[in-house]
Amino acid sequence: MSTPLITTRGLVKSYALGGFVVQALRGVSLSINTGDFVAVMGPSGSGKSTFMNLLGCLDTPTAGEYLLAGERVSGLDSDALASIRNRRIGFVFQSFNLLPRTSALENIALPLLYCGVSTDERNRRAAERLAEVGLADRGHHHPAQLSGGQQQRVAIARALVNNPVLILADEPTGALDTLTSCEVMALLQQLNARGMTVVVVTHEHEIAEFAKRVILFRDGQVIEDRTVENPKDAATLAAQLRAGQIQDEVRT
Amino acid sequence: MNILASIRIALRALRINKLRSALTMLGIIIGVAAVITMIAVGSGAQQRIEEQIKGLGTNLIILLPGSTTSGGARMGAGSRNTLTEEDAYAIQRDVPAVQASAPTLRGTGQVVSGTANWSTILYGVTPEYFEARNWVVSQGKGLEPADIAGSTKVALLGDTVARNLFGDTDPVGQVVRIRKVPFTVIGTLQRKGQSMMGQDQDDVVLMPISTARNRVLGQGAGKLRTVGSVSIKVRDGESMAEAEAEIRSLMRQRHRIQQDREDDFTLRNLSEILATREESSRIMGLLLAAVASVSLLVGGIGIMNIMLVSVTERTREIGLRMAVGARGRDILTQFLVEAITLAVIGGLLGIMLGVGGSMAIGHFAGWPVQLGVEPVALAVGFAAAIGIFFGFYPARKASRLLPIEALRYE
Repeated sequence: MSTPLITTRGLVKSYALGGFVVQALRGVSLSINTGDFVAVMGPSGSGKSTFMNLLGCLDTPTAGEYLLAGERVSGLDSDALASIRNRRIGFVFQSFNLLPRTSALENIALPLLYCGVSTDERNRRAAERLAEVGLADRGHHHPAQLSGGQQQRVAIARALVNNPVLILADEPTGALDTLTSCEVMALLQQLNARGMTVVVVTHEHEIAEFAKRVILFRDGQVIEDRTVENPKDAATLAAQLRAGQIQDEVRT
Repeated sequence: MNILASIRIALRALRINKLRSALTMLGIIIGVAAVITMIAVGSGAQQRIEEQIKGLGTNLIILLPGSTTSGGARMGAGSRNTLTEEDAYAIQRDVPAVQASAPTLRGTGQVVSGTANWSTILYGVTPEYFEARNWVVSQGKGLEPADIAGSTKVALLGDTVARNLFGDTDPVGQVVRIRKVPFTVIGTLQRKGQSMMGQDQDDVVLMPISTARNRVLGQGAGKLRTVGSVSIKVRDGESMAEAEAEIRSLMRQRHRIQQDREDDFTLRNLSEILATREESSRIMGLLLAAVASVSLLVGGIGIMNIMLVSVTERTREIGLRMAVGARGRDILTQFLVEAITLAVIGGLLGIMLGVGGSMAIGHFAGWPVQLGVEPVALAVGFAAAIGIFFGFYPARKASRLLPIEALRYE
């Protein structure tokens, strides 16, 4: 029913490392449909991060082909890649990567700075996204004044601000506790439910259970690609955790 | 990304490291302040010199006798007695551009009044002398043509002479003995102050040229009434060069000098002194510019240094900006604008310091200072240029970072 948003054919990435040639990816061919929620898993050195960088147009493949929304991305120059990152892809990082000493609103508006949107329009759209992630009253707070979960939600709002077709999240819960992780995943599930394609890189099985599809990498190749029958609902889990926490507090 | 947003980002980045930014600007601040102060003091001094020269009369030509050659050794200007009073009158009569032509005899002598005495310079002059030299009689009266014709024993005292002989009492009407010849003081001269060369121009006594020749300087009553020099004033608006050429041709004619022979006289004018002054102040200006350039250069290197540190420190920020869609040229612009902002703010502070410093110098040291718009504009332009020049390398370095490597940078 859905058209493939991402298609890769024989994607190869090799690095020259002190005379050796390291093959990080050895021919990855797969496709991801619009509206999918994919968890990319694998041990470190498996090539999952390299794959993410290629999907995010942060890096260019040594060989192979990558099509994003029908557009052939492999072989574009750095300015064209910057434009694709700007308009098509929203990034969420493990360490949030928010600009310090800069308000949440300005952080969210950052991508709009690079596509010629007027100041008023930038502020309007940033405020809209901030409200969507439930932090409408924190617009003028600096990252240092926000909790980890709030920072990651600001980062998600930033990823959404330019209406991308794809959200790429690299270990989005790596720096968060269980409850906050669930809340962040709930937010991603909520976006996915509205049709947004989400790709999450993680090494935690608990996180992968929220996805609809799990792709497992090892030694630069896909060794497993399975559909999750009944993905867990992060919002429900978060609610349970919160209730449990309250019980814990009552008990002590 | 527009420039306004870039400037805002730059200002924020500079605010984060206030002390560092301020110290980086210091080089530019000092450089620009130095440029402005030097130019203000320099042009003030130049203006004063020009006024002084104008006061002397830039339209003054001095005609001196030529040099003699004695056994192969040339004796220098004035060593021949070729100029005569008649030459001076002929110039007055025949060169229309000449306003006044005043022959002068010069000598030294002791002037005695009662118990006081003073050695001074004696000038035998004609009434035209006052006009040619822009000199005014402050008390009493000046010379009349009748004084010349009658060789009357009258004298005008320069301020210094009057002061030394008479103190505060009025010398007009008193009798002084000049080289033992009694003279009546008919007037005193207005103070002229020091000359450009530091000579006291008021240390003089003026008397009729005929009296000087016949009774004081004792140059015998020969057939030729030779003079030491002729002061010639050219009319306002007339070309000095043309007047000089006319005087030269008249003099060659009068002295019957063959086409291929040298002049037996010398013409000098103060515009040569003016040119010398201009040349020396030009060299002074070049020296100041060199000093200022060095300090601005050092300031620029400081900016480059700090920008390189800043690029390294903010590698992750650069990576993030690239990840969300900044192109290389956006990053280049951002860091370039930051460097320029640093330099221009430094430049503006430097202007304030320079203007303040110049005014303080003018006020406390009493030097003439002249502040213009041009040096200020020049200084700001220069500061911006330094920002661009020294900011470019770090900015380009930032723009060439690879997004993944920048994002992973620890």
